[in-house]
Amino acid sequence: MSLKNLVTDWPRYRQGIEEGGFQHYEHRWGMAIDLNACIGCNACSTACYAENNLAVVGKERFAKGHFMHWMRIERYWDENYAEQQHPEQGAHFMPMLCQQCGAAPCEPVCPVVATYHTPDGLNAQVYNRCIGSRYCNNNCPYRVRYFNFWSYYESSWPEPLNLQLNPDLTVRDKGVMEKCTFCVQRIRVAKDKARMENRKVKDGEFTTACAQACPTSAITFGDLMDQDSAVTRLWAKHEVSRYDDKGRPVQEQNKAHPELRGYRVLEELNVDPSVMYLERVREELA
Amino acid sequence: MNPLHHDKDIRDDIAWAQINKDILKSLENPRRGYWYTVIGCLVLLAIGITAAVLQYRYGLGMAKNHPHMWNLYIATFIFWIGMSHSGTLLSAILHIVHADWRKPIYRFAEAMTTFSLMTALLFPVIHLGRLWNFYWVIPYIPSRGTWPNFRSPLSWDGFAIMTYLTSSALFLYVGMLPDLAIARDNTSGWRKRLYTILSLGWRGDDRQWRVFRKAYMLMAIFLIPLAVSVHSIVSSDFAMSIMPGWHVTTFPPYFVAGALYSGCAAIITLFILLRYYFRWEEYMTLAILEKICKLTFAIAMVWTYLNLVEFASVWYGHDVYAKEVLWGKMTGAYAPAFWSMMFFGSVLPFTLAFQKLRRHIPAMMVVSILLNVGMWLERWMIVSPTLSQSFYPWAWDVMWPTITSWAIVLGSFGWFGLLFLVFVKIFPSVSMYEVKEMVYHRKLAREKGVAHGAVHGHAGGAQPAHSPSMKKEGNP
Repeated sequence: MSLKNLVTDWPRYRQGIEEGGFQHYEHRWGMAIDLNACIGCNACSTACYAENNLAVVGKERFAKGHFMHWMRIERYWDENYAEQQHPEQGAHFMPMLCQQCGAAPCEPVCPVVATYHTPDGLNAQVYNRCIGSRYCNNNCPYRVRYFNFWSYYESSWPEPLNLQLNPDLTVRDKGVMEKCTFCVQRIRVAKDKARMENRKVKDGEFTTACAQACPTSAITFGDLMDQDSAVTRLWAKHEVSRYDDKGRPVQEQNKAHPELRGYRVLEELNVDPSVMYLERVREELA
Repeated sequence: MNPLHHDKDIRDDIAWAQINKDILKSLENPRRGYWYTVIGCLVLLAIGITAAVLQYRYGLGMAKNHPHMWNLYIATFIFWIGMSHSGTLLSAILHIVHADWRKPIYRFAEAMTTFSLMTALLFPVIHLGRLWNFYWVIPYIPSRGTWPNFRSPLSWDGFAIMTYLTSSALFLYVGMLPDLAIARDNTSGWRKRLYTILSLGWRGDDRQWRVFRKAYMLMAIFLIPLAVSVHSIVSSDFAMSIMPGWHVTTFPPYFVAGALYSGCAAIITLFILLRYYFRWEEYMTLAILEKICKLTFAIAMVWTYLNLVEFASVWYGHDVYAKEVLWGKMTGAYAPAFWSMMFFGSVLPFTLAFQKLRRHIPAMMVVSILLNVGMWLERWMIVSPTLSQSFYPWAWDVMWPTITSWAIVLGSFGWFGLLFLVFVKIFPSVSMYEVKEMVYHRKLAREKGVAHGAVHGHAGGAQPAHSPSMKKEGNP
């Protein structure tokens, strides 16, 4: 936020804040994750490690909470699940990544504007600008931001594993925050290519590493502003509840309808996440 | 005579020359206890610096983990900011209401403010991931056109604290001018050169006193709203977030009350220490100690009330997350810390309700330190439980502070102690000119046998002193 921007674009900034977030999108990248299809295999997480040069921290640091997995598979068990009718169902899986909120709580609190909203509807994290105050993660309801507590690169990719690093993006050093970018490097490539060919980005032209790696195609990625994209159709089909900046419903889902499985995590906070989950349907538990 | 009945704030027959002598003595020969404390502070500081250097070298993983992004450093930061509030704020308030018992104690209290702010400022820097870039938070003229984020409470913090530090240091310095001149006239060697420069050519003529009085009063008036705003802004680090247990409307007054509370308790501790180091029984009397204790008690009750308000509004608010965090605080892993905080903060201050205890110096020393332990726990109980148990259950985790963070917290006490001890050794930490004024007023009042009246100090144009204690002593 330069002073010039601040002065000339103040109405735009104000509008953005009052209407609950950034308003002038070119794209609004979004996702739908079908928990019915998710088998908890962690392929998405692994793909993310490979694509985004995520540090492999090792068992001990992981146990201490010094992990760097932008995409994580969470497991939840029902209470007393072993005594229930179908204990073989095991855990509920929840692939959790940065929700790229439209009204992201992490953005206003950064003292140096290292995290900001892009016209693509993404929460960008500028590593070079980050001073590591970690306020963003404190204000993130999903806790999906990861901090470089150590210089992980020193031990993460011993020779010759360093050759597998993705040259399209950086390796981060200690002291900066990082998080899922919706594979912004792929978005850039696709947008550049489309611009050179003088066309719009086509749906399905590219996808994120996690969506690409998912063996059951549980993850659908695309542009929510493109009315024909697969992800927009999914969002529309499930009539996800959406609210305006005052918390009044714009569209409210009929929660009793058995076919409408779409929801966004912690919807009541009204942070407008770009990721919709499709609820898992299970047999009635006794 | 029963010492309990001897409740004069100060003897009114101390000669002015004697006051100069007694106070300036503090620049020369403190008791041995002073040097022991200095050594203790140096040791703590060395421990803290070692830990900070190691943390700088290896990374913040030495002190934090995933949900616990803030933890001890920010808790201690709030603690020191809070500690800084009583000195300047109380000094300014008591000055404009003409409570003259502030006169022997306000100097060191203001020094406490300045130095605890300087200590507090270390923490946001130490806790940064890339602390070498800390100046990006300051709104300097940027070559790259990138300013700090004016929407972030952390950058407000920067402005508020720097403003408060500058003004309270200035308030301390301006209030010290006449005393620096006295020190200049009574010392030799490097001290004389130092005081000559610092006293800015003070001669104590009529015009200087008039200008001085006006400036001092104006600064006092300016500082009161400033001090209140500073801790309100610090509280917005939490209140402006969306986290359960942080997003609390009553946080600004709660923080200010907590700040005054810990500051008053710290004043009691330092009062007792200085009285001992420099043999200032004549000036730092039990009657004054008793007055600070009463004030501390009142503030403790305000703090307790605001605590209950917070609990009640969470309880009746039916916000499931906030309730969960509060319940987690009371019954979860942090419960021992939480209940100790409640005990030290709300039950222990009742010792201050008894006159015998208020006048018992060792008891007050212990109580005042424990009150501050309670207030430190309070800050920790604001920061950590919310981090350990907020919206998202996957990220629930209890983290106990690591050795590194303890070492840095202890180091901060060493740093503060050292700054303070060096200050009291170099500068007169009891205001000589104002104690003279106080003695003079009390003497006049006794001789005339009136509580009010046209009492003019040597300062020329001094305000008539009519504190409540004056009225009590008015009758011979």
